Amino acid sequence: MSAPLLEVRDLKMHFPVKSGFFSLTKVWNFAVDGVNLTINPGETLGLVGESGCGKSTLGRCISRLYEPTAGEVLFKGINLAGMSHRQLLPYRQNIQMIFQDPMESLNARHTVGEILEEPFLIHGIGNAQSRRQSVSKLLDTVGLPGRSASRYPFEFSGGQRQRIGIARAIALKPELIICDEPVSALDVSIQSQILNLLMDLQKEFNLAYLFIAHDLAVVKHISDRVAIMYLGKIVEQASSNEIYHRPFHPYTQSLISAIPIPDPHHTATRILLKGDVPSPISPPSGCAFHTRCPKASASCQHKAPILEPVAPEHIAACHFAEAP
Amino acid sequence: MTKPLLSVTGLTTEFQTDEGLVRAVDGVSFDLPPGGTLGIVGESGCGKSVTALSIMGLLPRPNGNIRSGKIHYQGEDLAAADTTRLQRIRGNEISMVFQEPMTALNPVHTIGRQLTEVVAIHTNQSPDEQIRTAVAMLQRVGIPAPELRMTEYPHQLSGGMRQRVVIAIALICEPRLLIADEPTTALDVTIQAQILDLISSLQKDFGMAMIMITHDLGVIAETCEQVVVMYAGQVVEQGSVFDIFDRPKHPYTQGLLRSIPKLTDIPKQPLDIIPGMVPSLHDLPVGCRFANRCQHRAAECDDAGLIVDAVTEAHTVRCLKWRQL
Ligand SMILES: Nc1ncnc2c1ncn2[C@@H]1O[C@H](COP(=O)(O)OP(=O)(O)OP(=O)(O)O)[C@@H](O)[C@H]1O
Ligand SMILES: Nc1ncnc2c1ncn2[C@@H]1O[C@H](COP(=O)(O)OP(=O)(O)O)[C@@H](O)[C@H]1O
Ligand code: SF4
Ligand code: SF4
Ligand SMILES: [Mg+2]
Ligand SMILES: [Mg+2]
Repeated sequence: MSAPLLEVRDLKMHFPVKSGFFSLTKVWNFAVDGVNLTINPGETLGLVGESGCGKSTLGRCISRLYEPTAGEVLFKGINLAGMSHRQLLPYRQNIQMIFQDPMESLNARHTVGEILEEPFLIHGIGNAQSRRQSVSKLLDTVGLPGRSASRYPFEFSGGQRQRIGIARAIALKPELIICDEPVSALDVSIQSQILNLLMDLQKEFNLAYLFIAHDLAVVKHISDRVAIMYLGKIVEQASSNEIYHRPFHPYTQSLISAIPIPDPHHTATRILLKGDVPSPISPPSGCAFHTRCPKASASCQHKAPILEPVAPEHIAACHFAEAP
Repeated sequence: MTKPLLSVTGLTTEFQTDEGLVRAVDGVSFDLPPGGTLGIVGESGCGKSVTALSIMGLLPRPNGNIRSGKIHYQGEDLAAADTTRLQRIRGNEISMVFQEPMTALNPVHTIGRQLTEVVAIHTNQSPDEQIRTAVAMLQRVGIPAPELRMTEYPHQLSGGMRQRVVIAIALICEPRLLIADEPTTALDVTIQAQILDLISSLQKDFGMAMIMITHDLGVIAETCEQVVVMYAGQVVEQGSVFDIFDRPKHPYTQGLLRSIPKLTDIPKQPLDIIPGMVPSLHDLPVGCRFANRCQHRAAECDDAGLIVDAVTEAHTVRCLKWRQL
């Protein structure tokens, strides 16, 4: 077996929370709390979960926008966690990010040409002429007209801006891109264009993706494997098809059942969860899902389940895991 | 046939902008029977919210105006009604729920005050009765410990709880029509399921009609009987939910249904797409507005005067070539 491109080991990101002014006890937000995952070259791992469960934080730890509290981020076997900025530089171009709202990540006062040239400048690649050629090639690759280079981000639609964000992410030929909700803000008809573009680029450049989204139908479509996250932890992981056809974890089962199906003949048999996602500041004891779980029993409040194989290439963290 | 509760005909709404007049809604017509559910679907900017705001008399003044058309509600034309009359109708007869619950709530007032205020305006209950009505409504929308919540402020609630409060405020005077504008778009899918379940059970209990505005075809399929598909300010197709999903005639509707990823798809296959993007309202073609993205476009599609054609009595389509497709 080939070595994984990325291996995350027991990763934790705990944010200190400001409690009272004179409070002596420190309170923590356990945003990411012990995550293990691997991504192979050219592969897409989907990451699904509800708002606040820690998806973006996990992505930001991997790309080292955050310094994780604990754990390892092995890129081709080398641990990036704890590295200084200087040490990180050679790896930075290999791991890129795409965000939900490209406007937030694109400098509004720069032209698209300048935005796309910047990565080459930062890493001291090429001369003015070769950089201009690279920019126009990038625009072409993501399906934008060449004249876009002289225009500003605000002159573009949401879908086009996402193309600019993608162009910048692939500029330095990275091997891994963290895609954080890249199509969530887009209209359906534009969303499919961007998903196709991402799948095409993956084939062309053998890119690996960590694809973060809350829409399971989208994630399932673009991913080889899918990980389901709840309150800072991965609760289930399997291939795209397996996770949809044979979800073992009660949370995954309810997540799938909650998706409205675009077919008026379909009658939903829904597993409605009680209440909201609890706060990651004081997550429930034992299995963190027990406050909402339709299958919870008394023991779930005390004993935290661990991720265990439930079928080939399929892991789940539940004392009572079973396929429907 | 029962007389419609709401009948919108030729609704045309314009905005005065720096770049001139834009027609955000252009000749929209539909009927909604009492107790019925109509979905409006289309991409962002196609005019769904402006249609709703026009019906509610909530267009931003003085920039937004109804240019022409009629909005018959139980026989009365709301497009011609004055402000006092519209205020009376809002809350009593027609209520609205918006996408972002925070915009509908007052951050400096308690939940209790916001609910009882509405009751006070629309009934002549005593203060004690108002509180009882408010608590009962919070209970009905599934808010745990409602007495306690009455004393809390919106920022103390989660997104899903806030949307329940907004729904409680909208429904506390038992309106006959609820307009829900992307009520679950800002919510997580498990919370969306709770809210959709709540809305449909309240709708049954109160015998209320509903307009559900969404870009999510799954939500449409699940909640609506009638569907209006909008594109660039116009209705391009409308019919029963089965007409739209089983036998769509407009190339835009067909493309939309084909382009959504489905849970039953084989992963990593290319999706069908609709190429290009929506034309700007400042620069609309005289002919078919979908023409630049349509694979069936013919020379005559670009001529002015494209009309709405009837597939059946209840199913209409704004396309020249639907018969040949
Ligand atoms: N920089 C930060 N400082 C403090 N807390 C943070 C920070 N970033 C995230 N958090 C907290 O960490 C938790 C996880 O946040 P994160 O944004 O990663 O979740 P998410 O699953 O991506 O949510 P969403 O879908 O809403 O973006 C949340 O409770 C959030 O408030
Ligand atoms: N207050 C306003 N001033 C100017 N234009 C507006 C205003 N509100 C909406 N519009 C325009 O009307 C069109 C339709 O908007 P809207 O109905 O909000 O779309 P959606 O279908 O997303 O709800 C858009 O082009 C929008 O920019
Ligand atoms: S361990 Fe218990 S509470 Fe957790 S998911 Fe399984 S059954 Fe539910
Ligand atoms: S009128 Fe012509 S361009 Fe418009 S949708 Fe029909 S076939 Fe396509
Ligand atoms: Mg996020
Ligand atoms: Mg809207």
